[in-house]
Amino acid sequence: MLRFIRSALALLILAAALPANAAIKVLATTADWGALTKEIGGDQVNLYVATSALQDVHRVDAKPSLVARARSADLVFATGAELEIGWLPVLIQESGNSRIRPGSPGYFEAASVLQLVEKPEHFDRALGDIHPQGNPHVQLDPHNIARVAKALSERLAQLDGAHAEYYQQREKDFETRWNSAIQRWDSKAASLKGAPIVVMHSDQSYLCRWLGLQQLAAIEPKPGMPPTAGYLGQLVTKLKASPPKAILVNAYNDPKAAQWLSQRVNAPVIVLPFSVGGSTEAKDLFGLFDDTLDKLLAVLK
Amino acid sequence: MTSSKALAALLALSGAMLPTLSQAADDVASLRAELQALKNDYKTRVDALETRIATLESAPVGALAETAPEPQAMPVPAQGGAAPGTAFNPAISLILAGGYTDTSQDPQSWRIGGFMPSGGEVGPGERSFNLGESEITLAANVDPYFSAQMTAALTPEDEVEVEEAFFRTLALPEGFTAKGGRFFSGFGYLNEVHAHAWDFIDQPLAYQAFFGNQFKQDGLQVKWLAPTDLFLEFGAEAGNGDAFPATRRNRNGLNGATLFAHVGGDVGDATSWRAGAAFLDQRAADRAFENVDEFGLPLTDAFTGKSRTWVVDAVMKWTPVGDPNRRQLKVQGEYMRRRETGELAFDTEGSDLSDGYRSTQSGWYLQGVYQFLPRWRAGLRYDSLDSGTPRIGLVDSGVLPLSAFPALLPADPDRISIMLDWNPSEFTRLRAQYDWDDARNEGDRDRAFRLQYIYGIGAHGAHKF
Repeated sequence: MLRFIRSALALLILAAALPANAAIKVLATTADWGALTKEIGGDQVNLYVATSALQDVHRVDAKPSLVARARSADLVFATGAELEIGWLPVLIQESGNSRIRPGSPGYFEAASVLQLVEKPEHFDRALGDIHPQGNPHVQLDPHNIARVAKALSERLAQLDGAHAEYYQQREKDFETRWNSAIQRWDSKAASLKGAPIVVMHSDQSYLCRWLGLQQLAAIEPKPGMPPTAGYLGQLVTKLKASPPKAILVNAYNDPKAAQWLSQRVNAPVIVLPFSVGGSTEAKDLFGLFDDTLDKLLAVLK
Repeated sequence: MTSSKALAALLALSGAMLPTLSQAADDVASLRAELQALKNDYKTRVDALETRIATLESAPVGALAETAPEPQAMPVPAQGGAAPGTAFNPAISLILAGGYTDTSQDPQSWRIGGFMPSGGEVGPGERSFNLGESEITLAANVDPYFSAQMTAALTPEDEVEVEEAFFRTLALPEGFTAKGGRFFSGFGYLNEVHAHAWDFIDQPLAYQAFFGNQFKQDGLQVKWLAPTDLFLEFGAEAGNGDAFPATRRNRNGLNGATLFAHVGGDVGDATSWRAGAAFLDQRAADRAFENVDEFGLPLTDAFTGKSRTWVVDAVMKWTPVGDPNRRQLKVQGEYMRRRETGELAFDTEGSDLSDGYRSTQSGWYLQGVYQFLPRWRAGLRYDSLDSGTPRIGLVDSGVLPLSAFPALLPADPDRISIMLDWNPSEFTRLRAQYDWDDARNEGDRDRAFRLQYIYGIGAHGAHKF
């Protein structure tokens, strides 16, 4: 009996000791936002990433494991612009956690501090899977990452005032390293300017804009719609007239259509990591951009 | 002498003017030089401009965008300019469904052998083309404390039915949520799923026999989600009992209680699961059902007593490549067991005989749906029911023969269904289903072939696991 009481007491003390390490619990919707949270939050955050680079973030199941993580999250870090509309609202609702509702300090959208491109003029689902607020695949422009980093550090400081300075310091440090990396990437990628390419989906738009790649066509006839045989046939005719130098595919895409096209128009397929974890080299945000440029430069010299 | 004076004066004058003349010559030279310099300068500037234009003209579109000045002000509120008075409109969505039915047996004769009719819209439905229910859902947050949602079904019989209408709390602490109004009960897996999200055209036989498709009543629900990494949810409900197997009993207070729990998580990166158990404790008073006497004439029997149901459910999704639209296997199964004790009345409008009644009935289904290609899914489902042998007081005491209750003759109905659907987008589903249906448990199997369409417009719905 005494032994039981002793072990029960030990458990209680252990349980009481746990909150002493009260890290902020962050639920990030993508691997990129997870990586950024690590950069800014360091060891003051307890991070859970909802999806991997091999998943299409449009289409994710509101899994029980995610509902459980949302239940105790202090901050949900999402992309916004309706990218996660098919599952995140259910997670938040089912979690019964009022701190992470949209509009609360515990809900942060990257899109809220960014200028989105490709905002549609007509809202019509006949045009495909369009996002009324603009293209939400923002992470492949490093300038966007820098803006989101700043806003995230402010949000973390707001939620966890005791460590406000810590987050600011880490953000400054990240900014310095990031800005010099951008300079490095800019000079490295200068030769990519104007290279004609074909993309899979509109999720490479920010990358193309940043690097000045010339987007000739998309393999998806409309956003979110897989290509039909007829459309691919037309694409081959069109691309034979103005041939691309490469076809860009993301790690999570099914590469079949791109490979088929690649043989017909004689342009290699480049599989880009798209998100942190999308390739072995893309271990963090720096690795993501290094690897993306390396893979592009290996083909588009 | 005068002339020499004049000459001197002239000389003096010219002497005074000479510097001015030489200065004018200097000015002309410097002006010339300045003009030349300007000309040179302009030439270089024009040349520079011309080269810039030339480079820009030859550059691709992307490069142009790159040289454009960066937008300055950053935070852009996501909401655009909504028309006055419309900014707070609820999210609206409309589901249209319908299809075509072909059955080998008369659908009018369809019933589930051995089970008291549940009164729901069960069975394969009428033959030929049929409009399904059109569902309109409106949802919005009311204030910081509550949200509200209503789903109205417009039936093909031109009636409006309030399918669900409930409020839900937004700000309860510690993982609690409360819901009130009319809503699908949270037990099991399929009970809460709206018809447009079912993986087959109809509900499994167990749901049709035990709950008339889905159990819903007007009442209250409280749910609590445990603060653990493992998904652990507990719920309790009580209501007015206005749905099979309960009835309204013209009494104050609540009729019956439902308790349920769910647990779930992931196994590796590719598999997620959820399992649950539930207990429904309900009462019925004069729960009437149609029967026939030995001459085949219709009469009404009724059950009064306690009805207790256990439900066990499990679902598993396997997504090998991360993207559920490329490949996904979903396997689910549920088991139900009901014990009813009370009185059974025979021919309530005629002889009105009544005595004890006791039954234990069970049913289960197991189904798998496989997304084998983007857009395409195939499914297989097996249904099985066991009516058990009810103890009917009127029969045991010899007052009536067992044949006086043809609906309660022991039976073990089953059904096999296969399904194929095509989903060109998230908002369209076209489906074909074929059933070998032995629900009647007499004579030949009914072979039913059905086609179905489901379209969703308006707000983007988000579905639960």
